[in-house]
Amino acid sequence: MTRILIQGGRVIDPSQQMDTTADVLLEDGKVAAVGTDLGQPEGAELIDAGGKVVAPGLIDLHVHLREPGQEDQETVATGAMAAAAGGFSAVCAMPNTDPVTDNQAAIGFVIRQSQRAQAARVYPIGAVSLGQQGERLAEFGEMVGAGAVAVSDDGHPVATSQLMRTALEYARTFGIPVADHCEDMSLADGSMHEGIVSTRMGLPGIPSAAEEVMVARDVILAELTSGHVHLCHMSTRGSVELIRRAKEKGISVTAEATPHHFALTHERCEGYDTNAKMNPPLREAEDREAIREGLKDGTIDVIASDHAPHHYDAKEQAFDDAPNGIIGLETAFGIGVRELVEGGYLSLPELIFRMSTRPAQVFNLPGGTLVGGAPADVVILDPDVRWQVDPQESFSKSRNTPFAGETLVGRADLTIVRGKVVYRREG
Amino acid sequence: MTDVTAAPPALGKDLLGLHDLSAAQIQHILDTAEPFKEVSERPIKKVPALRGKTIVNLFFEDSTRTRISFEFAEKRLSADTVNVASGGSSVSKGENLVDTARNLEAMRIDMVVIRHGASGAAQFLGERIRSNVVNAGDGKHEHPTQALLDMLTLRDHFGRIDGVKVAICGDILHSRVARSNIWGLTKLGAEVAVCGPASLMPSHVEELGVTILPRIEDAIEWADALNILRLQMERMQGGYIPSQREYNRVFGVTSERLSKAPKDILIMHPGPINRGVEIDSDVADGPHSVILPQVTNGIAVRMAVLYLLAGGSQVSTAAQPEDQA
Repeated sequence: MTRILIQGGRVIDPSQQMDTTADVLLEDGKVAAVGTDLGQPEGAELIDAGGKVVAPGLIDLHVHLREPGQEDQETVATGAMAAAAGGFSAVCAMPNTDPVTDNQAAIGFVIRQSQRAQAARVYPIGAVSLGQQGERLAEFGEMVGAGAVAVSDDGHPVATSQLMRTALEYARTFGIPVADHCEDMSLADGSMHEGIVSTRMGLPGIPSAAEEVMVARDVILAELTSGHVHLCHMSTRGSVELIRRAKEKGISVTAEATPHHFALTHERCEGYDTNAKMNPPLREAEDREAIREGLKDGTIDVIASDHAPHHYDAKEQAFDDAPNGIIGLETAFGIGVRELVEGGYLSLPELIFRMSTRPAQVFNLPGGTLVGGAPADVVILDPDVRWQVDPQESFSKSRNTPFAGETLVGRADLTIVRGKVVYRREG
Repeated sequence: MTDVTAAPPALGKDLLGLHDLSAAQIQHILDTAEPFKEVSERPIKKVPALRGKTIVNLFFEDSTRTRISFEFAEKRLSADTVNVASGGSSVSKGENLVDTARNLEAMRIDMVVIRHGASGAAQFLGERIRSNVVNAGDGKHEHPTQALLDMLTLRDHFGRIDGVKVAICGDILHSRVARSNIWGLTKLGAEVAVCGPASLMPSHVEELGVTILPRIEDAIEWADALNILRLQMERMQGGYIPSQREYNRVFGVTSERLSKAPKDILIMHPGPINRGVEIDSDVADGPHSVILPQVTNGIAVRMAVLYLLAGGSQVSTAAQPEDQA
């Protein structure tokens, strides 16, 4: 019997509104008990969490691990290790790999790679359509059987309204959400947010409407089908408003926002910094404010990193030519504390709710809780430490982040998955 | 040297755009261009100012007049020049920019004049090499020497730029010429309006300090000078306007429309002109057109820019001494 006793930490478990100083006992890969009178069970490894926060491991519903196909940028192993270092005990890997993760064998491959990695859990997301071509539905049933937790054509929207309708209906059979990348491609032929900054820089813009048109379509189809639509990386105030209204009507819609969209604005692109190029693009201050308010009132359910590694020289290009996306697993929590907790939008337990408990609920995953019998997926966080982002220290294979050199607040000291320490900060 | 009560403002290493220049810097370039105008009128059109300097003209986009204008400017300053044209597919436009930069750096050249299809390409290069970089047009961002020659032409005609009403007409959305003109003109106190179909107006353009005039008749009524942009046919694949024919009907600068102007209007165009599309032939060739003087001024302005970036301040246009063999 393997035992770990985490002693003296501030235990925050949003799933049971717990915020108290206590010990946490893990036994055989499960949470055995949380309390102040656990003594010192025989053979338990003792971990001192004095002055630290003990919480259910963070869960990221949206990462790109690039394997198979772009292993120069990331692998399941390096991504899962970066996740563990960021305090995540589980991440959900998007299927826009090469070849596309659109069948049970491909799902099985990702799971096998994650088992070898022995870091954060990796739950694969299957493609909605074969090859993400937007034509024929992939085999949801077999993919779920192999371990897929959702379906998505992320990188692209689900191409047509008819395909989205069918996907939402068919996904109901398996109780999984359809995660959509909301972008009307015919409006989105640009490389940054359309506004005064794109005008100044002479870059083609992507209007907020490109996202909002698709959000509107998706919530209408979710209402029609009673399917669960999960809206990825929301970036505009209009989207937040559409989701808020949809939720008021009782439509089954959940939504995520990324740290960069609640931290940065389109001015960050000035100087043609390709590390500020992502899709959806960084928007305006009013959009950022709406995202923060959405996270506060629950319109936006979860924080997801949209971790998108790129090889170093891919970003070393003219802005128009550089690929979209940034790495985010190791900075997500620190940005969350700095922007949302210190910014007065969320309490620390609320931030942990949006990064752990709520993501588990949205994708129906194990974890996100410290109730007895739950998986022993636990993170010890130092919520007060101020640290400077040095991309060279990242566990990811890639270095593309606009937060390099910035001071963030709070980070993971130790991450436990299935009752095993998979990450321990040195020094 | 002599009294330097008002030392001319240095330009810095690169000329990337007019957005980052002060009014004094722009004024200084225009003033420096004045004596260079005369060099081109001489029988021996050469001064030794950049003797021994090596300049690469790096053109990733097809360009005839800008490249030739720069080349004449360089040769008339006695620089050694090499032309590199990498036309071809727009898909691969940014592909080799880093490697290009590294190779240029390794060749120890003094200056690069770059034309590139991607906005920010000149800055990208400037940040990576020690040589001076002159932006000869980057994507839809800036084309500073074009705007400078436009301003020199305006100043020739009106004797000033402050208070002159300039309407920039046409495809503002895709135009680096429009952006550079807006920065330069507003800094020097001109009143600037933009005129064109709303589908060719950039988002929030009024925040750049310009007035939007939705109809060409409004621009003609208002302006002292029209700067008529070329309608780039290749850009119109996106369906921004239905046809060139209709564009001419609705937005073309025609002599009939100009006849209703309350005053004579200076007609400018960065070229090459599409006769019968954005401008009618009789207007382009008419008495108020300064399209060809713009071309002449282009060489003087480019000589001034190259000269100032190379570290010159006091203009000496003494004729070239005989080569000592």
